[in-house]
Amino acid sequence: MYNYPDSTGHFGPYGGIYVAETLMGALDELNQAYEKYRSDPEFIAELNFDLKHFVGRPSPIYHAKRWSEQLGGAQIFLKREDLNHTGAHKVNNTVGQALLAKRMGKPRVIAETGAGQHGVATATVAARYGMECVVYMGSEDVKRQAQNVYRMKLLGATVVPVESGSRTLKDALNEAMRDWVTNIGNTFYIIGTVAGPHPYPVMVRDFNSVVGKECVVQMPEIAGSQPDVVIACVGGGSNAMGIFYSYIDVPGVTLIGVEAGGHGIASGSHAAPLTTNSPVGVLHGNKTYLMQDADGQIIETHSISAGLDYPGVGPEHSWLKDSGRAEYVAINDDEALRAFHDLCRMEGIIPALESSHALAHAAKIAPAMGKDKVVLVNLSGRGDKDMATVARASGIEF
Amino acid sequence: MSRIQATFDKLKQNKRKALIPFFTAGDPDPKLTVPLMHALVEAGSDVIELGVPFSDPMADGPTIQRASERALKHHVGLHHVLDMVAEFRRSNAATPVVLMGYGNPIEAMGWEPFAKRCAEAGVDGVLTVDFPPEESHESFAHLDKHGIDPIFLLAPTSTDARIERVAEQARGYVYYVSLKGVTGAGNLDLSAIAEKIPQLREHIKLPIGVGFGIRDAATALEVAKLCDGVVVGSRIVQEIENSTSQNVVASVTRLVRELRQAVDQA
Repeated sequence: MYNYPDSTGHFGPYGGIYVAETLMGALDELNQAYEKYRSDPEFIAELNFDLKHFVGRPSPIYHAKRWSEQLGGAQIFLKREDLNHTGAHKVNNTVGQALLAKRMGKPRVIAETGAGQHGVATATVAARYGMECVVYMGSEDVKRQAQNVYRMKLLGATVVPVESGSRTLKDALNEAMRDWVTNIGNTFYIIGTVAGPHPYPVMVRDFNSVVGKECVVQMPEIAGSQPDVVIACVGGGSNAMGIFYSYIDVPGVTLIGVEAGGHGIASGSHAAPLTTNSPVGVLHGNKTYLMQDADGQIIETHSISAGLDYPGVGPEHSWLKDSGRAEYVAINDDEALRAFHDLCRMEGIIPALESSHALAHAAKIAPAMGKDKVVLVNLSGRGDKDMATVARASGIEF
Repeated sequence: MSRIQATFDKLKQNKRKALIPFFTAGDPDPKLTVPLMHALVEAGSDVIELGVPFSDPMADGPTIQRASERALKHHVGLHHVLDMVAEFRRSNAATPVVLMGYGNPIEAMGWEPFAKRCAEAGVDGVLTVDFPPEESHESFAHLDKHGIDPIFLLAPTSTDARIERVAEQARGYVYYVSLKGVTGAGNLDLSAIAEKIPQLREHIKLPIGVGFGIRDAATALEVAKLCDGVVVGSRIVQEIENSTSQNVVASVTRLVRELRQAVDQA
C-alpha cells in the first residue's frame, strides 16, 4: 500500500522542508491546519459542494474514437479537465486551498503563475470567497500572456510583474515566497503545483486527486475496464499526480509522465529534469531532480508551453521515477504542436499546449498497441490561452 | 578554539559588540573580493559573512539578489569563493569567515568535499539559509567532522521548541533575523527585538548576532545594545552597487568605519 510522504514530508530522499527559518512558523501553522481539515466532514462537504456547483465536477471522460481509429491502435480516452470552470485542473487545488485559507482566518491570498492559468484560478476563487489577491508573474510572461493578465485584473486581483532573474515562473515563485515571509500574519500562499516545502506537495496532490478518483469510477462505465496506460504532462506535475494517485496501487496500470522536450533533449533547450536524469538538488523548498549547472546554479529552461517551463519537478515524481512506479519521457515542441492540431481537427477539442505533450505521447505509443488496449490521457486544460503561441508557430501574427 | 569563539571571547572581555558585515563574493568583480575583505577588517569588522552567489536567492531582497546576479555574470561559483577565502587567509589568520548562501551549490559539490575544502581554505562557519535544523542533520555532520561551525537562523516566529532545537545544533554564533521579511527590508522593530532576545537567551548559550534591515549607524547602535553582534548586509551591498571599481574599497571602508564607531558606543 503506497503511503507517501512520511510525516515530515519526505518521499524517499525527496521533498522535505528546505526554507529559511522565517517561513518555518507559517509552514507549521499550515501543516496543522491541513491535518485538521483534510478529514473534517464539514470542510470536505463544502469543498465537494463547490467542486460540483462552482467548478462543474465531475468532469467527463471522452472516447476519442476518430483519433484512435486514425492512429490505428489502442483506444484513447480523455479525462476532460479542460471543461472545468477556468479551463484547467488548476481550480481543483485553488478551491481547496482558498477554503483552507478561509478557515485559517487569512483574508489575503497570493500566488505565482507562469502561463497565468494558476493565477486565473487563484483570482477566481479569491473573488468567489471575497479575499484580497496578489499574483506574481515574471515580466516576460506578463508580455506573453496579456489576456490572462487582463482576466486576473477583471477578477479583482493585483498582478505584480517580476523583473528579477529570468523573469519567468521560478522568479515569480521566489517573489511570492518573499511576499509571504513579509506578510505571514494575514496571508495564505496558494502554490499551484505539487512542489514547494511540505505540506504543499501532498496538499496539492490531494486536492487534485479528485481527477483520478473520478477516473477509477468512470473508466469501467465508459471503457469497460481500467486503463492499461495513464498519461499526463509534467511541469511541476500537479495534473499528473492528480490522475496518477488513485492508480498507484492498481496493478497493471502503466503510469507515464510527459515532460517538455523543448527543441529536443540533445539541444539542451528543454524542461525535462526527470527524462534527462538531472542531478538532484534543492529549490523552492524541496529536494528533487533539478536542472542546474556544475556550480549548482539553476539553468534556464525552454518549452513552447509556459506551464511546463520549470527547471524542477514535484518531489513525488522524483520518487515515482526512482521506485519505477511511473516512467517519464519527453515530447518536443513540434510533436506537441502536431498533436494539438490533430485533436482540434479530429475531435473538435482545442487542448492546452501542456496537455498536448501528453496527447503526443499517446499518439506515439497507441499505434503499436492492440485495438482492445486502453490509454487514458489527462486532458488537463483547454487551449484558448494558447492561440497566439500556436498562431506564431504557424507564422501567423494577430 | 575556533576563530569564531576566540573572536567573541575577546570582544566580551573588552565589553565590545561584534560588527559582522556581509557582501556577496564576486560583486562587483571577482578581483575585488579579497581586497574588500581586507578593507572590511581594516575598517573594524570582527567577522566576515561572505555570500555565495545563487541564481534563486528566495530569502533575499532585491539588493542582494542583484549582487548575486552581478557575481554570476562573472561565473563566480562555490569553487571560486573557496579560492578567495584561501587567498584572504594568506595574509589574515585571525578574522573568522562565514560562508552564507543557499544549499544547492553545496549539494552540487557534495557536503564532504565542501567541508574538506572549507577547512583547507580557512572557512570558519557556514550558514545555509534554506537548510533548517530539520533538513540539515546529515549534511552538517560533514561540517562538524572538519571543524566548521554550522550557523543557524532564528526568526521572530521561532517557537521555544524550535529555539531549543537550534540551540542543540548550532555552533559559533546564532543569527537572529530581526524582522518578518527578506534581507534589506525597512520594517525593523527594536522593541520586538528587545522582547525576543531574552527568550533566545534562555536556550542559546552562544553569542547572538542580529541582522536583516539594519540600514544606518543609529540603528546599528540600538541593535548592538540588545545583542552580541550586528550583521549589516544589504546596506553594504548597496554601497558596492553605487560605487565604481575605482572607489568601491574606499566607500565601503568609510561606511564600515561609521558602523564601527556606532557599535562601539553600545
